[in-house]
Amino acid sequence: MNKILFSAVSKKFVMALAGLFLLVFLPVHLGINLMLIKSDPEPFNTAAHFMATFPLVKVVEIVLFLAILVHIIYGIILQIQNWRSRPVRYAVRNKSETSAFSRFVIWTGGAVLIFLVIHFFNFYFIKLGIVEGDPENFYSVAYQLFAIRGYVILYWVCFLILGFHLYHSLQSAFQTLGWSNEFWKPVIRVISLIYAILIPAGFAAIPLIIQFFK
Amino acid sequence: MITLNAKIPEGPLEEKWTRYKASSKLVNPANKKKLDIIVIGTGLSGAGAASSLGELGYNVKVFCYQDSPRRAHSVAAQGGINAAKNYKNDGDNVYRLFYDMIKGGDFRAREANVYRIAEVSNQVIDHYTALGVPFAREYGGTLDTRSFGGVQVSRTFYAKGQTGQQCLLGAYSSLNRQIKAGTVKMFPRRDMLELVVIDGKARGIITRNLITGEIERHSAHAVVLATGGYGTVYYLSTLAVNSNASAAWKAYKKGAAFANPSFVQIHPTSIPQLNEFQSKLTLMSESLRNDGRIWVPKKKGDTRPANDIPEEERDYYLERRYPAFGNLVPRDVASRAAKERCDAGYGVGKTGLAVNLDFRDAIKKQGKKSIENKYGNLFDMYKAITGMNPYDEPMQIYPAGHYTMGGLWVDYELMTTIPGLFAIGESNFSDHGANRLGASSLMQAAGDGYFILPVTISSFLSGEIRIPRIPTDGPEFDEAEKSVRERLEKLLSIRGKQSAASFHKRLGKIMWDFCGMTRNEEGLKKAKEMVRALRSEFWSDLTVTGEGNDLNQQLEKAGRVADFLELAELMITDALNRKESCGAHFREESQTPDGEARRIDSEYSYVAAWEYNGENEPILNKEPLKFEFVELKERSYK
Amino acid sequence: MKLRLKIWRQKNAKTKGAFASYDLDGVSSDMSFLEMLDLLNSRLVSEGKEPVAFDHDCREGICGSCGMYINGYPHGPVPGLTTCHLSMRYFRDGETITIEPWRARPFPVIKDLIVDRSAMDKIQVAGGFISVTAGAAPEANNNLVRKHSSDLAFDSAICIGCGACVAACKNASAMLFVSARVSQYALLPQGRPEAKERVRAMVEEMDRQGFGNCSNTGACEAQCPKQIKLFNIARLNREYYRSY
Repeated sequence: MNKILFSAVSKKFVMALAGLFLLVFLPVHLGINLMLIKSDPEPFNTAAHFMATFPLVKVVEIVLFLAILVHIIYGIILQIQNWRSRPVRYAVRNKSETSAFSRFVIWTGGAVLIFLVIHFFNFYFIKLGIVEGDPENFYSVAYQLFAIRGYVILYWVCFLILGFHLYHSLQSAFQTLGWSNEFWKPVIRVISLIYAILIPAGFAAIPLIIQFFK
Repeated sequence: MITLNAKIPEGPLEEKWTRYKASSKLVNPANKKKLDIIVIGTGLSGAGAASSLGELGYNVKVFCYQDSPRRAHSVAAQGGINAAKNYKNDGDNVYRLFYDMIKGGDFRAREANVYRIAEVSNQVIDHYTALGVPFAREYGGTLDTRSFGGVQVSRTFYAKGQTGQQCLLGAYSSLNRQIKAGTVKMFPRRDMLELVVIDGKARGIITRNLITGEIERHSAHAVVLATGGYGTVYYLSTLAVNSNASAAWKAYKKGAAFANPSFVQIHPTSIPQLNEFQSKLTLMSESLRNDGRIWVPKKKGDTRPANDIPEEERDYYLERRYPAFGNLVPRDVASRAAKERCDAGYGVGKTGLAVNLDFRDAIKKQGKKSIENKYGNLFDMYKAITGMNPYDEPMQIYPAGHYTMGGLWVDYELMTTIPGLFAIGESNFSDHGANRLGASSLMQAAGDGYFILPVTISSFLSGEIRIPRIPTDGPEFDEAEKSVRERLEKLLSIRGKQSAASFHKRLGKIMWDFCGMTRNEEGLKKAKEMVRALRSEFWSDLTVTGEGNDLNQQLEKAGRVADFLELAELMITDALNRKESCGAHFREESQTPDGEARRIDSEYSYVAAWEYNGENEPILNKEPLKFEFVELKERSYK
Repeated sequence: MKLRLKIWRQKNAKTKGAFASYDLDGVSSDMSFLEMLDLLNSRLVSEGKEPVAFDHDCREGICGSCGMYINGYPHGPVPGLTTCHLSMRYFRDGETITIEPWRARPFPVIKDLIVDRSAMDKIQVAGGFISVTAGAAPEANNNLVRKHSSDLAFDSAICIGCGACVAACKNASAMLFVSARVSQYALLPQGRPEAKERVRAMVEEMDRQGFGNCSNTGACEAQCPKQIKLFNIARLNREYYRSY
């Protein structure tokens, strides 16, 4: 059993599956967020309420959290093993021609994790009652945050980094799951690029639209 | 004086091997487990033999000097591997393959052995294919073949220009399977430094662990040498730089006869020497001669760039001398012709020791694309090494030492004159006569290892089943280890001024100049004196840095060069003795009026098996070659 | 040409190593990298100093013995070449060249630039073969193989086992090496009967030897002297999942 769950290939498999699940969740989240553009807080708050209370969503939420947790834990395990696999470092840094997105994926992942924690303090923990606030009016919470210039800049930076993370990880997930060959590799790269631009751009556009068109 | 009994089975040629197999003695499976076999070398023959013997149930120990068995120099063979499959429906069969080899070897090989290797060639292809060797295929999914080495049929199976690598990795994989099964134990990074003979039989070896410097004892009921050739005696050759003759040489000094040591194949198309520090000559596949035209300027010492020399001032000397075969003459002929032109002062390149191999006309006729498809990887390799682009200017090539037809004398069972000591693959002398045809070395090595030795070795081992595991603390082992230690001590203690590599380089030059592509009595005699002088200089002025109980590449090299310095003299002695020209052995005194090789069958139709005789001249034993099934003919390529 | 060489010197596995600097002149641009080191060694020997130990053998790019980490690149800065084929033409007069051994936990240094790569052999022993006994093979043309598959199998079978992929990978992963062998057999009908056992055994052994994990970065592909492709790793993954 250990062999199956913790072999070099399986760890990556779990990592990729969890990651892909998160990738599916992102568009849903973006869909809801786009309702923030409306002046009427009702649709957004209803959607947020629905997401917070509907039983089936609850189940999905648990899976989602498991996915995040597994993705993080496996990411850390993999990274520690990877560091340990070269106890003596090279004196000259490796100059092999590789993509920076993939070389720094653990760091972009870490940055995304930091944002996630902030994000939880701002929203999710309110829902759980850990942090004070009105869980029924996330619309105004969002507007208050977007009014802070520093927050918006942080928000943008984080989504830029998320884009980097996504660009590598989507391709990587396909490779890890074995869905890549000579023919599909370039296609997958384009799909990853589109996804990695559209999703973060969608999120990042919201505060911009609110600032300039409201 | 030893007696040479080739033990050739009676009967018609095509039935000899079958009869042998039907009547040879076997070892029962329960007894095989109690028998130990040592195999030295992990090339096509060694890895093949070790895995086959392991499959049969013997306890096998395998040794190689490289860090992994996958690096044996079989890996570098390019062109292909022959078999008489007749997949092209061009009339090929076992007899034709046999005949081509006998004729190509200039009638200096044993008929029965050659016929047998031709017979097992088909099994070799079947086995490699089953092992997953990705030979080239036709669109219908069947195996493809090409013609190679100047024969008239298409019988060469190939995997692009890397057939040797693919076959070797196949052999390596079968070896690995046996290592996993526990029947074979692998000892990499070991040099065999002595053979242990007990009561006249080969019973073990002394090795040096190349990492720790430890001297180790290993015993067995039989020892198999699969140690390849000795072409590195020339220093610059197409062989691996560390390839050496030491194991075979130790066997010779313990009583195994060494056959035809002067038969060395010089390959015509290798990248010439570019500088004095060069350590290696890289082969460019023989297949290039299918489309490239070989020429030198008509004017002596013409230094113009090749492309500036007009057509009428070019001498296509192979086409001129051999109109029938042109650029496709066999290797020995092509090599000699190149040397002749360069010696006469018509050579090209910085050193004048090169000829042009020109693809201009082929590119004009067939298009660059077509040439790229056929030879793209070779052209790229050439460019990477020399910085010259063969699409725009001719390649420069020159002959290089390549393959040794000579080797330890073996009988039909591949056993040397020491009972229990076997020699397979290039390390024995048997199947190629005085010249080897392209793509038959892989065939022979694999055939010996997988299908011949495993059968013949049981004849010997069936008599050994009552001998318990041989202890390694007997006086013979003590003596052998002592001599190894003394020699290493000696090498380390000279503390002279010159490195082993510098001696090797000088030896190589002597051998290349006087015992290379052409030889004559005067030169050989001079060379013999020079080698002797060099040897005594070696033993008084060698320097080896470092210590013995450590990884010490200088010490490894010194031991190998010391052996080459002795082997070189035997090669010269053999070349002096054979006053005829045959195959790759060209004695200037024995040539036709138009400069071709002249064989003298009445006097030299024998295998010269040399016996070690201490400090005295070695003893010549002759195994007469009887040709019962083929008629002796003159080789002509005009 | 005159060069300054910074070379890792280490007496044996137990001692600590350090860089040593050497000034070498008289280097000719048509030497190979290893011949340049030969020249250095011959100078060191003539000074009575111990020469630099490095693995090398065929010197024609096929045996896989040689390999050193040169100025940040396994096998040096030119793609598709082994160290023995790397010409000094690619270096400038006066250049400083830093030479290090392969670095990875499963590749301990034996001496100077020589590392122990037996971990790679162990992976092959675990499953890198087709179980067929000599004599048991069917007639070669009984198994038809699609030319495309056969060619792809060849492209992955040309791995020379030098370890540059491991040396280049930021995680010291051996996935490209393992995937090349797994792919070769997976693509051929002869290899299918024991495909499942093979891939599991090889991956398990790879983990046991302490190689890192693949992060799909592609340094291995970029540095492979035989230019073995990354999608072999995708095939390895596929084969692995299919084995359960």
